[in-house]
Amino acid sequence: MYSEKVMEHFQNPRNVGEIKDADGVGEIGNAVCGDIMKLYIKVKDNQILDAKFQTFGCGAAIATSSMVTELVKGKTLEEAEKISRDTVAEALDGLPPIKMHCSNLAADALHKAIEDYRNRIKARERAINLS
Amino acid sequence: MKRIYLDHNATTPVHPEVLEAMLPYFKDKFGNPSSIHGFGREAKVALEEAREKVAQLLGVSSSEIFFTAGGTESDNLAVKGTAFANRNKGKHIITSRIEHHAILESCKFLEKEGFNVTYLPVDSKGVVYPEDLQKAVQNDIILVSIMYVNNEVGSIQPMEDISRIVKDKGIYLHTDAVQALGKIPIDVRKLNVDMLSMSGHKIYGPKGVGAIYIRKGVRITPWSHGGHHERSRRAGTENIPGIVGFAKAVELTLRELDDQNRHLKNLTETFYRKLVETVPDVILNGDLNSRAVNTLNLSFKGVEGESIILSLDLKGVAVTSGSACTSGTLEPSHVLSAMGIAPEIAQGAIRFSFGRGNTMEDVEYVASILPEIVNRLRSMSPLYAKGK
Repeated sequence: MYSEKVMEHFQNPRNVGEIKDADGVGEIGNAVCGDIMKLYIKVKDNQILDAKFQTFGCGAAIATSSMVTELVKGKTLEEAEKISRDTVAEALDGLPPIKMHCSNLAADALHKAIEDYRNRIKARERAINLS
Repeated sequence: MKRIYLDHNATTPVHPEVLEAMLPYFKDKFGNPSSIHGFGREAKVALEEAREKVAQLLGVSSSEIFFTAGGTESDNLAVKGTAFANRNKGKHIITSRIEHHAILESCKFLEKEGFNVTYLPVDSKGVVYPEDLQKAVQNDIILVSIMYVNNEVGSIQPMEDISRIVKDKGIYLHTDAVQALGKIPIDVRKLNVDMLSMSGHKIYGPKGVGAIYIRKGVRITPWSHGGHHERSRRAGTENIPGIVGFAKAVELTLRELDDQNRHLKNLTETFYRKLVETVPDVILNGDLNSRAVNTLNLSFKGVEGESIILSLDLKGVAVTSGSACTSGTLEPSHVLSAMGIAPEIAQGAIRFSFGRGNTMEDVEYVASILPEIVNRLRSMSPLYAKGK
C-alpha cells in the first residue's frame, strides 16, 4: 500500500518532539477523523531554523509529518508557504488515493504554524505601538 | 520471518480435511446438479448430502437449509427477502447498531424503498438491552434481525431473551450467526429463530460459500432470479466444491468447538494479562468474561490503530483495527461508537482474533514486541504523555 519512502519515514521519523519555546505552533485534525498533528517551528531572520512534530495518526500521517519537517528546515517563510499537500506527497513518492485527503494534513499544520508565528509578530508589534 | 496470523474473524485458512473433501468436485465430479445425466446426478448427490449434513449438525431439516455465496448474501436474503415478502403486513424492521454492514446496508436500502428501521442501541460492552427491544416490538414490525456474536468485539447477544420477546409477538427473527458458528454452541430449535446466516470462510472453509437456515413456513422473496435452484429461493448453479467444503467445515468446527474454546480462552487471557502487565493504559473494548473467547479488542491510549497494524505487520504479525484509516471512511468503527467509546480511543482499537493455528509461542512473541511498538508511537503522539 505504501511506498518505500513512506515506510522509511514511518519507521525512522525525523524531528519527533516538541519545541518548548517555539515561535509558531500549528495544530490540525481531530480525533473523530483519526489524525491529529502538531507542528512546532523556530524562526530567525525570516528563516525556519528548526521544526518538530507530534502526530497521532496512521502510517501516512506520521510519514507526511516527518517529511514536512525535513522539507521545511532551512527554508525562508515564503519558501515554506509554497509547500503544499502535493509537494509532501510527491516527496514521499506518492500516497494511496484514500490517504491523500486525511493524512496530508502535515502541509496544513505547517501553514498554521507559520500563520501562528505571523500572528504573534503582529500582536507584539501592536503591543509595542501601544506602549 | 515467522508470520503470525491473528485476524481469524476476517477470514481463516481452509482446514486440510475441507480441502481434501472439495478436490474431487473440481476434477472428476464436476457435473452440474441440474443435469439429468450421470455427471449431474453425481453432483446432485453431493449437494444433497452436504445439505443433509449441515441440517443434521444444526438439528434442523434439510429442506430448511439453503446455500448462498456467503454470509453477506445470506444476510441480504434474510433482510430484503423477508421485508419484500411481508410488506403487506407491515413496513417496520428492528435491528441493532452493531450489525455487520451486510445487514446495515440492506436496511439502508430498505429505508429508501419506504421501510422504517429501528436501530437498537447497545451498552458499553456491546450488548443489546432486552428492555429496549421489548418497547420496540409493535404490531407493524415484520422482522427483527440481531447478530448473535459481534465480529469486532466478540460480544454475545442474549439471543434466548431476544427470541422470547420477539416470538411472543409472532414476529420473524433472524440472526447473523456468521461469527457465532464455531465460536459458541448454537441450538437452532431452542433459540427459536426463523432465519440464521452462516459463512464458510470464517470456519476454516472456503470463501464464496455460505448458507441460510430458513424455518419451514417462512416466506422470503428471492433476490437472485433464474433457475429453480435452492427450492426457488436462490437461483444460480450451485458451487458444489464450495458447498461440500462448507458442510465439512461445519462438521469439523462443531466437533472441535469445546477443545478450541478451551485453547483460545487460555491464549487470549494469557495475552491480555501479559499486555496489561507490560503496557500502561491498555483498554479492553468489550467484556473479558462474556465474549467469543478468540476475540480481544484492545485500545492503546494515545496511539492510532493503523500505525500499530503497520508496525506489527513489519514484524510479520497480522491484526486489524477499527480506526478510520483502515475502514476507508473518515469515522471510527460504528460498533465501538455504538458502545459509547470516545473517538480517540476507538481510533486506537486493535482487534486480535485468534484461531486454531495459534500457539502460546505466538502469544509470547506478540506480547513481547507490542510494548516497544506502543511506546515508540506514544513518544510521537501529542495525545499521550507519561502519567496522562
